Amino acid sequence: MVNRIVTGAHYGLRDWLVQRVTAVVMAIYAVVVVVILLMQPSFGYDTWAGLFSGNLMRTFSLLFLLSLFYHAWIGVRDIVMDYVKPAFVRLLIHVSVILALILYVIWSMQILWGL
Amino acid sequence: MRFRIYRYNPDVDSAPYMQDFELNMESGDAMLLDALMMLRKQDDSLGFRKSCREGVCGSDAMNINGRNGLACITSLSSLKQPIEIRPLPGLPVIRDLIVDMTQFFKQYHSIKPYLVNNDPPPETERLQSPKDRLELDGLYECILCGCCTTACPSFWWNPDKFVGPAGLLQAYRFIADTRDQDTAARLDNLEDPYRLFRCHTIMNCADVCPKELNPTEAIGKIKDMMVKRAV
Repeated sequence: MVNRIVTGAHYGLRDWLVQRVTAVVMAIYAVVVVVILLMQPSFGYDTWAGLFSGNLMRTFSLLFLLSLFYHAWIGVRDIVMDYVKPAFVRLLIHVSVILALILYVIWSMQILWGL
Repeated sequence: MRFRIYRYNPDVDSAPYMQDFELNMESGDAMLLDALMMLRKQDDSLGFRKSCREGVCGSDAMNINGRNGLACITSLSSLKQPIEIRPLPGLPVIRDLIVDMTQFFKQYHSIKPYLVNNDPPPETERLQSPKDRLELDGLYECILCGCCTTACPSFWWNPDKFVGPAGLLQAYRFIADTRDQDTAARLDNLEDPYRLFRCHTIMNCADVCPKELNPTEAIGKIKDMMVKRAV
């Protein structure tokens, strides 16, 4: 293959937008959780377990974690695009990161629902 | 006044080095370019570009005490001594303070920096309302000195793929122009993870621009237009 500089993949807007939206989701979740924790009369395992036994808390925690993983994917991809030059190595890192993040999603669901 | 200036002549030197200069003058109202021209009288091998000497042509962009700027409009009294002068970062050095701007202009040309309008030209000029014309303020003043683009880390890492702040400011200059008919193609051309989205809003560009323009803001407006047409 000839070595030419190629650009024009025609994507990027969605990722850029998603990164911003997920940041907002994470910020709101973080503030809400801190406020809820501060409102608890006492801290301990029981408080913590009680808090995460509700489906609402579990669902929003999962939304937070999904936002975190997607956000992290775009961030890591950006770093790799900036600093890793050989396309093959870049692809390898991309695939590894995606697989790791998918595993984290499964793991998060197992933790949250105590499976 | 004391100076430390980056010297490199690829025909003679095996590696670049910093040379110290002394100049017997009062800073007064003088600009850095005045000092450089006096230094060249001391050592006529000192290479730098200059032309208009009043901040219009953009030839004498260089890295002054770690910050990109135009020598001709940087007053000597504002600079800490020894004044350290280097070529613009991120571009190949031809000699001393003279850099090869080929890559910079290649990116600039890639955004089609001209009006595209397929209507037959009117007898006089193509008119704009004053309000539409106002949108071009802060864009058309760019003199393509390269201070912003060579201060941008994203351009340092991907000079061959990322258009860079100067190119993107000009891209928005034509996207914002109501007389231009190529908006969709211009946005298509930029919708790319490298060409536009390497910008991580670091804002070095807006910080160093000697004409006080704001490429980051223009890039934000391009992204806003892309969002507007996508949702």
